[in-house]
Amino acid sequence: MTLPIDAIQDGIIADFGIFDQWMEKYEYIIDLGKNMQPLDERYKREENLVPGCQSRVWLHAELVDRKVIFTADSDAIITKGIIALLLQTVSGQPPEAIGEAELYFIDRIGLREHLSPNRSNGLVNMIRKIKSVASGFSAAG
Amino acid sequence: MIGTTEAGQKENLSGGKPFNVEEVRQDFPLLERQVNGQRLVYLDSGASSQKPRSVIDRVSHYYCREHANIHRGVHHLSQHATEAYEGVRETARRFLNAGHGHEILFTKGTTESINLVASSFGRKFLNPGDEVLVSMMEHHSNIVPWQMICQERQARLRVVPINRAGELDMDALESLLNERTRLVSVAHVSNALGTINPARDITALAHERQIPVLLDGAQAVPHMHVDVQDLDVDFYAFSAHKMFGPTGVGVLYGKEELLDAMPPYQGGGEMIERVTFDRTTFSTLPYKFEAGTPSIADGMGFGAAMAYYDQFDEQEVIAHEQDLLTYATDQLCELDGLKIIGTAAHKAGVISFVFEDVHPFDVGTILDQLGIAVRTGHHCAQPLMDFYGIPGTVRASFAMYNNRSDVDALVAGVRKAARLLR
Repeated sequence: MTLPIDAIQDGIIADFGIFDQWMEKYEYIIDLGKNMQPLDERYKREENLVPGCQSRVWLHAELVDRKVIFTADSDAIITKGIIALLLQTVSGQPPEAIGEAELYFIDRIGLREHLSPNRSNGLVNMIRKIKSVASGFSAAG
Repeated sequence: MIGTTEAGQKENLSGGKPFNVEEVRQDFPLLERQVNGQRLVYLDSGASSQKPRSVIDRVSHYYCREHANIHRGVHHLSQHATEAYEGVRETARRFLNAGHGHEILFTKGTTESINLVASSFGRKFLNPGDEVLVSMMEHHSNIVPWQMICQERQARLRVVPINRAGELDMDALESLLNERTRLVSVAHVSNALGTINPARDITALAHERQIPVLLDGAQAVPHMHVDVQDLDVDFYAFSAHKMFGPTGVGVLYGKEELLDAMPPYQGGGEMIERVTFDRTTFSTLPYKFEAGTPSIADGMGFGAAMAYYDQFDEQEVIAHEQDLLTYATDQLCELDGLKIIGTAAHKAGVISFVFEDVHPFDVGTILDQLGIAVRTGHHCAQPLMDFYGIPGTVRASFAMYNNRSDVDALVAGVRKAARLLR
């Protein structure tokens, strides 16, 4: 049984609460990136690329039993770690829940700067793509 | 202090004030601030430099005491503002050693300067089958405007190759020049590599065949004295904001006979002599190319920026910046897995590098946490990154206010980033 999105977000916020230095936080994100399941090469397709990222980011989604299963990859490790956090919250959730979710954890764990348009890591675009994929599945279902 | 209220009228531009980096740092208020709880180490002046207090004060003084629209009113304020603004044009003329003030056009910056030439020169002189020559190391600003006008005019954009060190292949350049070449447009200094291109050799080769040359000077002007007559260049483009001035203002220098032959770029106020619904006659140089109200206050600040730059003994500034470049290069080269991109014999202001197996974005993110501002990515030079087969680089760029402590912080930061990311 998957927890609701907000419960997962609160869990991530609690996890990050133990870091009192930026370096520990980034070490954790880098570890998440390094340990992320690699995306099958056949999904590293042009249409799975998230636009507007300084690094390349691929996002693949499938609908399984009315749940959206996301897999992703990036050639930058910090970006990949942040994606891992995003996927922890949204992958395995019903498309409607993803559509309605407000992903407040990013700000709360001090990664707000990654949301700024100037950052060019495309976090905003990743969230947009996740939402649009979910809404495509809701409409189809 | 030089150039607060009368920057434009300053007579002697080649100053002899001894250069002292710690004193210079005192002139830049922003350098005092902290970022992410750490001392700011600003190594992104290639993107935009910080501003000395004299420039900030000049802009502020203009708005507090002098503002009115220029070239229009008969009233005191308008006349005074016009004089001061035209004074900046004269300062820019001397800054570049241009022959005439009316060869100095004010633009929004380098990008607009190049677009102006592409659009106006292109419409007049480019015909189907003609060629424009750029190089492999150009900034997108010196590629895309030419692609656009070449497409419109059915002309062809040709590219001068470079070697692995990031130096122009001058033999190839010469062999690409032919009877269809209408213009050569290359960077004076590469923004991504730091390469100083042999400008005088380029103009000499092109002029043997009566082909005009545009130099993109955005990255050159902050680091060296530019004399457009000595270079014998036909067009020279640069921005104020990379050389301590405000954003939103720049210069296009053009030789009088070329500018005279070119049609206006944009229509509007200021650039006309007489308008009826049947026909409009255009103003003379430089106003023909300056439609609309310019960014007057930023122009005033630009004047102060040139005065700031020129107060120092130029050779001392160059020596200081070259010392930083060598000091940083020597130390970075020792880091395991680090590779410098751009190893030309003559470089200014920029060190670009990549790490084996580590994305530049990751390095930049860690450096930011340490209060070190660098730029990462393709630096608006994607064809150049393709040439090297890399997604981008980490670029540290210097200005005269950087010191060896900044380099030490960079090297320590890069070392830390590598340890974390590998």
